Amino acid sequence: MNKRKETLTALLFASPWFVGFTVFLLYPIIASIYLSFCDYSVLRPAVFIGLQNYSDLINDSIFKQALSNTVIYTAAALPLGLVVSLGLAMLLNTKVKGLAFYRTLFYMPSLVPLVALAILMQFIFNGQYGVLNSLLREFLPFVHGKSWPPNWLGDPRFSKLVLIFISAWGAGNAMVIYLAGLQDVPVQLYEAAQLDGAGWCSTTRNVTIPMISPVILFNLVMGIIGTLQVFTLPYVISNQGSPMRSIYFYTMYLFDNAFVYHKMGYACAMGWILFIIILLLTLLSFKLSEKHVHYGS
Amino acid sequence: MTTQTAIKNKKSKGKLSGPKYPWLVHTVLILVSIVMIFPLVWLLSTSLKGNQQAMMIPPEWIPHPVLWSNYPRAITYESKELGFIPFLVYGRNTLIIAILTVSGTVFSNSLVAYAFARLKWPGRDLLFTLTLATMMIPFPVLMVPTFILFQKLHWIGTFRPLWVPAWFGGAFNIFLLRQFLMTIPLELSEAAKMDGCSEWTIYRDIIMPLAKPSLAVVALFTFMGVWNDFLGPLIYLTNQNTFTLSLWLASYSSQNGGTEYGLLMAASTLIVAPIIILFFFTQKLLVQGIAVTGLKG
Repeated sequence: MNKRKETLTALLFASPWFVGFTVFLLYPIIASIYLSFCDYSVLRPAVFIGLQNYSDLINDSIFKQALSNTVIYTAAALPLGLVVSLGLAMLLNTKVKGLAFYRTLFYMPSLVPLVALAILMQFIFNGQYGVLNSLLREFLPFVHGKSWPPNWLGDPRFSKLVLIFISAWGAGNAMVIYLAGLQDVPVQLYEAAQLDGAGWCSTTRNVTIPMISPVILFNLVMGIIGTLQVFTLPYVISNQGSPMRSIYFYTMYLFDNAFVYHKMGYACAMGWILFIIILLLTLLSFKLSEKHVHYGS
Repeated sequence: MTTQTAIKNKKSKGKLSGPKYPWLVHTVLILVSIVMIFPLVWLLSTSLKGNQQAMMIPPEWIPHPVLWSNYPRAITYESKELGFIPFLVYGRNTLIIAILTVSGTVFSNSLVAYAFARLKWPGRDLLFTLTLATMMIPFPVLMVPTFILFQKLHWIGTFRPLWVPAWFGGAFNIFLLRQFLMTIPLELSEAAKMDGCSEWTIYRDIIMPLAKPSLAVVALFTFMGVWNDFLGPLIYLTNQNTFTLSLWLASYSSQNGGTEYGLLMAASTLIVAPIIILFFFTQKLLVQGIAVTGLKG
């Protein structure tokens, strides 16, 4: 009797999540799976077409371009972000004066709303009036060339690079997580390493990195999920991923299919392919980390 | 944070002996600081320039003369055509959505996290694992069916698609609050139960007051999320008078991109500034909150 009452109370407390889970997760997931096998344009009822959407995607050159853009971007931005944020955190963990000040400063860029960030960066990287090119002309007057200084966001060779740089500028968030992890490493380990005569390199490799490896794994997995879905920054910064769709990313094409071309089924199929990619990469990260990630007691 | 980790932190505070080359560390820190802060300084500086000044080569570092009029112009831009002052209306819209979303998020997730952290019921741990797993589902998968659902409810063009789901819990916040609630000793609840308190009274009068810091972290993250959100409003807000600030800034820039940089930067500053100010007042809480999300994973 008492136990039943207890369970009932607990279920009442959890009830918002049961509703939310059913309505905003389970239903959309099932609907999305079904729609991915349908031709559906909102105006007319959905027609079941089997695997047509998926086989169309394989032959869709824009899809392939968006996918390869996203993979290239992720392959560069993700490791860069991990290294930069870890590097900054390690710098701040060296007992220097003014830690709180620098931490605030490094964290601030990741607070800037993405739309504002996109507009600001558009201006800074502008080929004609951008302050970056003004600086390049001033400090490197001896460099000459046909495309120097580059028209950053207008040149398909550089546009991805700009976005990768901007993403590293927002490394503050991961940095704060690393910093907390670093401050949790027991001091005795460092003392022992020092007694053994270990230098900075070997201390980092043998003490620091293994001790914070769960944090690295966390940032890696969150990074995979977030980076593959990149949308707002390239959407606002470019016109349809121009130049030459060089910054046209997966979620942008998915969005356009859904809400511009009204190919809802096609968009759902794209969503599931993205999910499978994320799932495989996450599982791979966990698998590879088994050997290297070190969980304390 | 528990007392245990607090003690651990205190112990390890003195862990690293000062850096071997403090000047080297400081040089790197200062260089990174410049890279991190420069775009924000440039944003502010440009927002106080006229069109000619903004595009000057070489750039004018400190605006001379300082042009304040960009701000009133940005705030009232196109107010005649629209029949209202855009910045005020869009600011109000953003705040309405933010208040409804933040209160829903705090209320629903604290209830659900309470059930997961402090109550015993069959299937609890399995459901919690499932909840965590749902974090891996990318938003693009759910985008289309959720849109169709809200369309059937005739909610497109209203604020409802943006805030109603917040009242039904979300995996990330459930996880964050659960981790915190688990650190409060269970004896506290048991003693209250002995005194004849109902579970609801324990939740409301004992546990929630203790959980205030973590609730504040959730509220802050949520507020920043709403302020920053672009994709949600882009999908659901179809009438111009229901726009949010992010949406306004993006549409404003796509209409006026490449012209009137001073005005555009003033508008961006108006959207960046509240977040930065909020950050300065809540810094400690936020930094702790971010650290907890990564460490207790």
